[in-house]
Amino acid sequence: MELEQLEHIATAVRRDIVRMVAAVNSGHPGGSLGCTDFLVALYFDIMKLKKDADGTPIFDMDGRDEDLFFLSNGHISPVFYSVLARAGYFSLDELSTFRKLNSRLQGHPTTAEHLPGIRIASGSLGQGLSVASGAAYSKKLNGDTNHVYVLMGDGEQQEGQVWEAAQFAPNKKLGNLTAVIDFNHAQIDGKTDYVNNNRDLGAKYRAFGWHVDEMQGNDMADVIKTLKKAQEDPDVPTLILMHTEMGFGVDYMVGSYKWHGVAPNAEQLTQALNQLPLSVGYSDY
Amino acid sequence: MKKYEYTEKKDTRSGFGAGIAELGKTHPNVVALTADLAGSLKLEAFIKDNPERFVQCGIAEANMIGVSAGLTIGGHIPFATTFANFATGRVYDQIRQSVAYSNKNVKICASHAGVTLGEDGATHQILEDLGMMKMLPNMTVINPCDYNQTKAATIAIADHVGPVYLRFGRPVIPVFTPADQKFEIGKAWTVNEGSDVSIFCTGHLVWESIKAGEILAAEGIEADIINIHTIKPLDEEAILASVKKTGCAVSAEEHMISGGLGDSVAHVLAQNFPAPLEYVGVHDTFGESGTPDQLMQKYGLTADKIVEQVKKVMGRK
Repeated sequence: MELEQLEHIATAVRRDIVRMVAAVNSGHPGGSLGCTDFLVALYFDIMKLKKDADGTPIFDMDGRDEDLFFLSNGHISPVFYSVLARAGYFSLDELSTFRKLNSRLQGHPTTAEHLPGIRIASGSLGQGLSVASGAAYSKKLNGDTNHVYVLMGDGEQQEGQVWEAAQFAPNKKLGNLTAVIDFNHAQIDGKTDYVNNNRDLGAKYRAFGWHVDEMQGNDMADVIKTLKKAQEDPDVPTLILMHTEMGFGVDYMVGSYKWHGVAPNAEQLTQALNQLPLSVGYSDY
Repeated sequence: MKKYEYTEKKDTRSGFGAGIAELGKTHPNVVALTADLAGSLKLEAFIKDNPERFVQCGIAEANMIGVSAGLTIGGHIPFATTFANFATGRVYDQIRQSVAYSNKNVKICASHAGVTLGEDGATHQILEDLGMMKMLPNMTVINPCDYNQTKAATIAIADHVGPVYLRFGRPVIPVFTPADQKFEIGKAWTVNEGSDVSIFCTGHLVWESIKAGEILAAEGIEADIINIHTIKPLDEEAILASVKKTGCAVSAEEHMISGGLGDSVAHVLAQNFPAPLEYVGVHDTFGESGTPDQLMQKYGLTADKIVEQVKKVMGRK
């Protein structure tokens, strides 16, 4: 897909995010906005997905013979839901049910409500890299050459299970796995460096045997270039430190950890939407 | 009292090992995982025949549960194995989110459950695992009674779609169930028919219940002995039919009384047919080091204790 078109989609997704969160006065806009470019690139350009003749995605839980994505930091569900809906997994209208009673769009993603596009529940942090490693292992056993992607938060790196999985994947030669860390240096209680400093994440993963790369997560061209490069070694998994700004696209949210889990009020929503103008051919849900 | 004989003693974990070895031949999508305890879980035969379907995770149980959940995506049936303490309490949240809530077809296979683990002591002797696992929505919980039944259960869970917790132990105990038995998940097995008292037993306590039944029979008391190998879903029909006949019950399990089989039985009775119930199990305490026999004695997990509780509960009819 053309870069310009991907950027138009990203803007529509960012509008979805702030509107979804504002509508229920709860949810996590900051990380969602920061990871928008990555998820748009993944679903609209990078991943090989099963689709029917008219381009509608075909979803099954097994996910054989297609690329897979797992969201480990489940709290950024708004961006995940918006991208899945805009990629055709379910109706755009359904975004208006986010976090409401009887919705398939739970606060954190789940398979329990059978929302197409979601293969594992996430919300309790630290589990996604293990699950993605299992799925990558499953593909190898099946002789399926498709790729598995997982996104984690940088605060999430404080969970011990992440490091169990970090040892596992290179030892099992999971070259079909690419893990991405949203390196925005922010978590609920403050700057990550202050809460529990991750220090040199790249050096740690490298020491465990990963290929380590970096990308500018809010630069669509760099995201695409780096993700394409990540699949080159069949035996070594890749870890990408994705530099993003929390709240990217909405000036008053940028760089402030306070917008990790807080919804904008009506006035702030208007301000945000003014900064995210829809392009011709795109509409709100 | 029906006569039960045994010719040999074997550990239930070896029944698991034999069962998964069989699955290795019949189920090409079964994958065995362990966290540095392949020998303890008796996986040698499976590994020898299917090295590519064995995943050694190292001492990293949380990752093993997550990897298992991931393996189901692509159609594999992971059997995640370790000691019961590390298979449940240590990874409760991983099981809750990635397996039970996500409703993944993962079989959590836990050995060395209960005080019969012996000399290692309380850190390894989990007595709360059945409770934790039965509280999880979607989870099936199975606690077989001897080598043959554990083997049959292991084979049966491969064809059951959904998360399963399968619990077994370390000590050698009598093998008394038939080798060719059919294992039906959720369907209790009547060991002996009697009309004076119901004994609902599970795991290692089934043999103790049989011994108790013989002692009672000699005194003219005929016990209805029912092996509740599936803790969840519970065979409520069998429990109610028995207590309607006998009017009182004893539960027997190598588990904490709180949260175990006895609790489940009490719930069914309270809701449907209130009747006196006494428990045989561990009372709100951790275990300790000792031989399995010494520990069974000390914590009252014996045929004699079952007899004592039967007499107590019959007096309350």
